[in-house]
Amino acid sequence: MIQNLLDGVLTGSFLSLGAIGLTLVMHILRFANFSHAELLSIGAYAALVFDRLFEALLPVFAAAFAPLTLTGALVLALLVSMVATGASAVLIDILVFRRIRENGRELSMVFASFGMALVVRNLIGLVFGLHSQLYSPDIAFATVLSFDPLILVKPDQLFVFVAALAIMAVLHLVLTRTTFGFALRAVAENPALAQANGVNLRAMITAVWLIAGALAAAAGVFYGLSHQITPVMGRDLVLPIFAATIVGGIGSVNGALLGGFIVGIATNLSLVILPAGYTPAVPFLMILAVLLVRPNGLFGEARE
Amino acid sequence: MSDPTAPEAILEAHGVTAGYVRDLPVLHDVSVRVARQRVTVLIGPNGAGKSTLIKAVAGQVTVFAGTVTHEGTDLTRLRPDRLAAHGIAIVPQTDNVFRNLTVRQNLALASRGTGAAARLAAVFDRSPVLADKRHTKAGALSGGQRQVLAVAMALAKAPRLILMDEPSAGLSPKAAAEVLAMVRRLTAEGVSILLVEQNVKLALQMADHVYILAEGRNQVDGPAAALRGDRIVADIYLGGKRIAAA
Ligand SMILES: Nc1ncnc2c1ncn2[C@@H]1O[C@H](COP(=O)(O)OP(=O)(O)OP(=O)(O)O)[C@@H](O)[C@H]1O
Ligand SMILES: [Mg+2]
Repeated sequence: MIQNLLDGVLTGSFLSLGAIGLTLVMHILRFANFSHAELLSIGAYAALVFDRLFEALLPVFAAAFAPLTLTGALVLALLVSMVATGASAVLIDILVFRRIRENGRELSMVFASFGMALVVRNLIGLVFGLHSQLYSPDIAFATVLSFDPLILVKPDQLFVFVAALAIMAVLHLVLTRTTFGFALRAVAENPALAQANGVNLRAMITAVWLIAGALAAAAGVFYGLSHQITPVMGRDLVLPIFAATIVGGIGSVNGALLGGFIVGIATNLSLVILPAGYTPAVPFLMILAVLLVRPNGLFGEARE
Repeated sequence: MSDPTAPEAILEAHGVTAGYVRDLPVLHDVSVRVARQRVTVLIGPNGAGKSTLIKAVAGQVTVFAGTVTHEGTDLTRLRPDRLAAHGIAIVPQTDNVFRNLTVRQNLALASRGTGAAARLAAVFDRSPVLADKRHTKAGALSGGQRQVLAVAMALAKAPRLILMDEPSAGLSPKAAAEVLAMVRRLTAEGVSILLVEQNVKLALQMADHVYILAEGRNQVDGPAAALRGDRIVADIYLGGKRIAAA
């Protein structure tokens, strides 16, 4: 039970990162982006490529920070992947979403995002193969916190939790303390008024994709560190990430953060009472429950 | 009505045809001239196109024909986010503050750029109400306070021209008179004003020049003093009563 709770917190760490990016995109561009979880895959694979590259080029970074399996090369690769994934998100917007947006069809955006998800997923499978991969072949030994009941934590998991919180703290400061953050929130609420105040909408949309992509990359790498990297990870994560944004309330960054942990914990706790095969249904049930009881989520504002 | 002693124009809309949907103009061949350091008021019935004219100047609706000139520069089809860079601020009729941002965040956003801190401080000096509520979300302000904030957001840009769309709407008669008196004082500080006002009586009292729009077209215009005694204006807008010259 406590083990499930801990696992849930870990799951929550990367779900929150994914959900925050998704909620920002949904709030500012006003469409449900079903390809968001594929940005996690792009981030995870980009980090894998850069990790191997840095290990080869800079052997000093190849050693792990014991007791983590994490290496300097992977940390560098994570940072580069955040930028690269942000850039991919911008590129996808320019190639696909912007064109549809400028023709003003919201529903087409949703369908296009489904299509985009399939394209990205299959491209990754084509290039990297369908098998799962790991950042490190080393086996991470779990630290036993307690024998009865048995509670295990891997050092990597603690790193993921702390790093995720740190990234969210930075984002929170940017959104609440800087004029850039005010501008972003202003665009989400009232684009015309934001423009009249000198805010460049296109630049803000680019910024949102960069942020969402960077957060997704971190989420993808953290998922890869604690699970495995596979081309279908986006498919497995899209529902929990949507559940997290809906539970939190679309547009609310704090809501998405909390929503990620709520969904992560609920899914893992459900293992106590449900057979493992049913856990993927838990986020779906949570979406239904929230939509029935509190359609705007925990923190969402009613719109219009 | 050209008057050789009239001050130079800061803004001129000439023959503007504009609207929200292609081939369906709301404004037809509308011309308006705003003199420097004067208050120019637009009045007219609901749906006359007053807000649309303000938006056309601000680049927020499509101008199909005609020109908008500001300080000698052609601003027709201006990108809406470039308005502030030309020294123009707008106070929209509705949704004119960011409800999810605090008073201070609204003003910080509005006053970005060089000398922002000083302009922000000046706004708080001028409006103690806003200073008191600086950490309150704008959505939690009263209607009157929200209008004060919307006007303050315009002033925080230190603009040379302000476009105001019914800043007194929804206010008590006293608060409305205060807002308009404040607008009047701004001209002494070098600001020029294009104002939409639904209270014709107040408008004729505080304006320098008045334009009457109806059905998207210019109807009558002239110095406020002249229109105050005008038979037609009185009949249409004041139920036959003429206002005594102030
Ligand atoms: N966003 C919009 N899209 C399409 N048509 C619009 C839009 N806003 C206004 N209109 C139409 O344009 C015309 C002029 O509206 P406008 O808002 O300019 O009038 P107004 O003179 O400001 O009226 P009010 O006194 O009610 O504010 C109206 O027929 C209105 O229905
Ligand atoms: Mg109007």
